[in-house]
Amino acid sequence: MSEISQLYQDMILDHNKNPRNFGALKPCTHFAEGYNPLCGDHLNVYAIMDGEVLKDVHFDGNGCAISKSSASIMTQLVKGKTKQEIKELFSTFQHLVTAPMEEEADADKLGKLIVFAGVKEFPSRIKCASLAWHTLLSALENKSNMISTE
Amino acid sequence: METFSDIKIEAATQYQKIRDDFPILKKLVYGKPLIYLDNAATTQKPLQVIKKINDYYTELNSNIHRGVHHLSEKASKEYEDSRNKVRDFINAEKSEEIIFTRGTTVAINLVVSTYGRKNISKGDEIIISTMEHHSNIVPWQMLCEEKGAILKVVPIDDQGDLILEEYVKLFNERTRFVSLVHISNSLGTINPVKELIEIAHKNQVPILIDGAQAIQHMPVDVKELDCDFYVFSAHKLYSPSGVGVLYGKEKFLEAMPPYQGGGDMIRSVTFEKTLYNDLPFKFEAGTPNIEGAIGLGAGIDYLLSVGFDFVMAQENNLLAHATQVLSAIPEVRIIGKALKKSSLISFVVGDIHPHDIGSLLDRQGIAIRTGHHCTQPLMQRFGVPATSRASFSFYNSTEEIDFLAVELKKIIHMFS
Repeated sequence: MSEISQLYQDMILDHNKNPRNFGALKPCTHFAEGYNPLCGDHLNVYAIMDGEVLKDVHFDGNGCAISKSSASIMTQLVKGKTKQEIKELFSTFQHLVTAPMEEEADADKLGKLIVFAGVKEFPSRIKCASLAWHTLLSALENKSNMISTE
Repeated sequence: METFSDIKIEAATQYQKIRDDFPILKKLVYGKPLIYLDNAATTQKPLQVIKKINDYYTELNSNIHRGVHHLSEKASKEYEDSRNKVRDFINAEKSEEIIFTRGTTVAINLVVSTYGRKNISKGDEIIISTMEHHSNIVPWQMLCEEKGAILKVVPIDDQGDLILEEYVKLFNERTRFVSLVHISNSLGTINPVKELIEIAHKNQVPILIDGAQAIQHMPVDVKELDCDFYVFSAHKLYSPSGVGVLYGKEKFLEAMPPYQGGGDMIRSVTFEKTLYNDLPFKFEAGTPNIEGAIGLGAGIDYLLSVGFDFVMAQENNLLAHATQVLSAIPEVRIIGKALKKSSLISFVVGDIHPHDIGSLLDRQGIAIRTGHHCTQPLMQRFGVPATSRASFSFYNSTEEIDFLAVELKKIIHMFS
């Protein structure tokens, strides 16, 4: 498979076209806005926490196929998980997209996230793939309303 | 008698020669021949410019304006020769009116910080337009914030042309300065600058023209235009990065306070009082980008050797061809359809994000620019977060544009 088709796999194209958990979630307990000034990607993450558990999560906004599909897949994966589990999943994801080229991805550990293995070949797109995750974590931490990838 | 086919062969020979002048155009990207369509971001450099910089470091390197030794004298002469070339290139009256800066952005900031700070106060108004680059918005905004002045914005129509009636209406007794772009980097609109300047002058208001996207495409005559300031960057003019030009009428430059303090900009320094140097040195504190300025001289020589006749004919042809082949793709919407356009096309493709298009084209060797092009207010005006932009130089070909269209169709198919 060429690097480019490795990046734009069917699952990514599908989530881009039909994003899951898309649209505002109001009222919600946690919210953050994510922005990538480089490309103008802009998304909102809405979360409902029940104690330490993320009961529901949605997103909206606009962005490229990589950022949109990453947000969509993320919402599917984190729903029902604890804050701690989400953080662990995020570090797994972050490692995947920034690990050295020669490092083989651990498919079992990654599950669905494996579709983003191609991102590391495209350094300018790592921020696109990570935007939703940073925004979600910021929402859960209630750090600030606006987070930027810069 | 020269026949049509002779002329065609001649043009084809000249085109091949020009391609050979740019070594980077022979490069492969991911194993594909590079198709460089990001000329509005920066142009590639011909061998003549690359050689000049190499010669400078192998033969001349020294500091200018201070040394009495051989190298310093020669380097100073080349640096000043380059200033004279810029003067002739834009038909300025005097070399003293040519200030070397780090680029367009710094040239605008210089005018804002000196002319602006001195002459603009609370309640005064500054006119810019919707299609300005951030570099001609933010410095003025900062000044307005500092002084309590007001920024007025000339609107544009749906085609991407300035609305002149609205421009005229913006003037009043509080208008102190006008700063407008010659050619829009996002839309390609060629503004009727002569008329814009006339209108500003009728209202006794000085005007700066941002020529970053114009200087490489058409002859610019600052005397004929009668603009008070004209600014541009060398790197978009087939020359090195890190150097640019501020042209200013002598009467303005003389009256303006210095921009930065330091060496070269002084006549004498004591702890009690410093006397400033004459123009242009008053505005050139510190060791400048010597090789950059000398390289700019070589870039201007090169462009003139190609000739604006060839440049304009080729670039108009490329624009017409690109407009035709891109308009033929139903999913493509061209943003910016001004009456007079420079050789660039901004477009959106269905709901495919420009960054995806940029990455996918890149892997085919095609370099375009995607994003907001440092013109966010303009993107808001057209209701798009970003566009893809293909911008052409005389060294591009219609075949390259055809290849772009083929690859775009593949991307559309992939996302369908």
